[in-house]
Amino acid sequence: MGNLQAFHKKLDHLDILESEAIHIMREVAAECSNPALLFSGGKDSIVLLRLAEKAFRPAKFPFPLLHIDTGHNFPEVIYFRNKRALELGERLVVSSMEDSIRQKRVILKHPGQSRNAFQSITLLDAIAEHRFDACIGGARRDEEKARAKERIFSFRDEFGQWDPKNQRPELWDLYNARVHPGENIRVFPISNWTEMDVWQYIAREQLEIPNIYFAHKRQVIRRGNSLVPVSDLVAPLDGEKVEEISVRFRTVGDMTCTCPVESSASTYDEIINETAVTRITERGATRMDDQTSEASMELRKKEGYF
Amino acid sequence: MEHIELLRFITSGSVDDGKSTLIGRLLHDSKSIFEDQLNAIEHTTRRRGIEGIDLSLLTDGLQAEREQGITIDVAYRYFATPKRKFIIADTPGHEQYTRNMVTGASTANLAIILIDARRGVLTQTKRHAYLASLVGIPHLVVAVNKMDLVGYSREVFESIMAEFHDFAAKLGLANIIPIPMSALVGDNVVERGNSMPWYEGETLMSVLENIEIDHDINTEDFRFPVQWVCKWGDFRGYMGRIESGSIMVGDEVAILPSGRTTKIREISTYDGPLIEAVAPQSVTLLLEDEIDISRGDMIVKAGNLPQLDKQFEAMLCWLADEPLDMQRRYLIKHATKTARIAFSSIDYRVNVNTLEKETGQDALSMNDIAKIGFKVQQALASDSYAKNRATGSFILIDEATNNTVAAGMMT
Ligand SMILES: Nc1nc2c(ncn2[C@@H]2O[C@H](COP(=O)(O)OP(=O)(O)O)[C@@H](O)[C@H]2O)c(=O)[nH]1
Repeated sequence: MGNLQAFHKKLDHLDILESEAIHIMREVAAECSNPALLFSGGKDSIVLLRLAEKAFRPAKFPFPLLHIDTGHNFPEVIYFRNKRALELGERLVVSSMEDSIRQKRVILKHPGQSRNAFQSITLLDAIAEHRFDACIGGARRDEEKARAKERIFSFRDEFGQWDPKNQRPELWDLYNARVHPGENIRVFPISNWTEMDVWQYIAREQLEIPNIYFAHKRQVIRRGNSLVPVSDLVAPLDGEKVEEISVRFRTVGDMTCTCPVESSASTYDEIINETAVTRITERGATRMDDQTSEASMELRKKEGYF
Repeated sequence: MEHIELLRFITSGSVDDGKSTLIGRLLHDSKSIFEDQLNAIEHTTRRRGIEGIDLSLLTDGLQAEREQGITIDVAYRYFATPKRKFIIADTPGHEQYTRNMVTGASTANLAIILIDARRGVLTQTKRHAYLASLVGIPHLVVAVNKMDLVGYSREVFESIMAEFHDFAAKLGLANIIPIPMSALVGDNVVERGNSMPWYEGETLMSVLENIEIDHDINTEDFRFPVQWVCKWGDFRGYMGRIESGSIMVGDEVAILPSGRTTKIREISTYDGPLIEAVAPQSVTLLLEDEIDISRGDMIVKAGNLPQLDKQFEAMLCWLADEPLDMQRRYLIKHATKTARIAFSSIDYRVNVNTLEKETGQDALSMNDIAKIGFKVQQALASDSYAKNRATGSFILIDEATNNTVAAGMMT
């Protein structure tokens, strides 16, 4: 007993969160007939990949990686996505929003419009095409109000919709992954992780991440409280000034609506230190689309968003 | 990095006892609220025509809830101090939400039951205490809130606690930590304040940070439900999570239900092999002998077996809108095994307000708690819930709708 306790003490919060996530992934593998793991090249899904390695190696993953490519990605992230899938030797399925646009499933008001909101359509198309019955995603409950009530195994009806009033009770670690054909389960193994946990885990595991997560010089425009990155898709409006400052990204999403924060962090530890003292939430700082209204994430989720 | 532990807790109280204010206070005083969240709250507070900031808005959830002004579901919130990371299961206190409390309680180390000092122990307080005992939450804090409204009176606090202890004794609840507080002002939440010098116990935050939780998991009985069999070349490993107890290389194990025995050859992980592993680690076990093992089987130590049976008695909490229908087919999910069941009896239903046992029932509807008997199509390896939360708990799934309809605890 003395021995056991000494050992027990060694499990810290990351060990426990990690074990919980591995357990969840193995439940998906065992209970779903055709799952996929959503991999965007962003930090949360990079953590998912390491967790999948921990869950299934030495074997291959029992699911392919799926990327919903908005066509508005940072090139560094796409480069990283391809490299990582290759290193892991896992199959990468890319579903492209350009296809949805070509098929008029997605109709943009103007070419530079943010494509975040339309990801649901391409995702639902991919789910239908490949007959995925479960999608493992890297969403966290601390990200946004509407996520705080999200289940770890989140049921979506045949239209891909999330109905907050019609979620399955989730008790202990007993997950119900059963669906009828056409229905779908979204699974969030890192539901209980915070932004800080993710960074601590990345540091502990020494996970490689796209270089735009570290401080770098970038041309930005100040709009309100946001630093909007200048790109092929975003140019300064009349009267706006372009500045070059040292920034890093806290999330990487659609290039037109994902903003970096001022930073000088060039190592994991420096990012952790900045995360510890930041006074702005991850989405508040970086996502223009969720600031629009108090309920915007909730609405998008109802339409089939992750 | 320093060693940070993880504590999960649940807050319950009747509407307006100050639950949201308390959570807001904990988040605020631990500096877990961000500026943009504060701005949003300030904005909303102002729009509702109130001055200052209403911390309870922080936990306001979904649009539907904001419209109805009530919370309808369990929300999870996170904060951390240098010592611990905390996960709060925030459950609404309405009469009809037994199921939410049971859900939030199922994974909690600790429950905070709020009592309004002006109102004392209510029927709902008793219900919350009963549910905490039913779900076996290891630690219980009774927070007597709004002490500022009763002149911070020691007599009021002590008479409320005397009544609570009387009731708790009937439930066999131990480990009760009483705290007089004012969530609004902040007394005894994170800071002690100067208003209750007669109180010598800890602040809530101090309890949350320091309470011993190592023994909240069963450390005695090794239980390893097999989740996934990994065959890769010559590699054949059994993947799963240690739900309780510990295991070492060389230990003699039995595989249930077959009862075959063998020894642990290797404890494999992505980060390399281990000599010993403990709950709740996820690992891969390699065995000395080749035995046919599949998902749903359980690996245990040869000298420490759970019960292996097809006939069970349990306390059941009905969760679904549609009532129990003895004619329908239900599945049990217990550890990693799913099997069909048939009900054999409803022994009694518990009146959660009076704790009376109501016999002669043949139906159960949402929020009902009952003692039942049932039979499973295949033998399950289980322990009583009191002994082992992980191998004593189960859910029931309606085979036609696939909904999770009940939560059960083996007696
Ligand atoms: N005076 C006083 N008022 C409190 C205290 N805690 C909460 N309140 C008030 O009680 C009301 C209900 O609180 P709230 O946190 O919304 O209750 P909930 O329904 O349990 O979440 C609000 O007006 C709070 O400001 C306290 O300790 N003292």
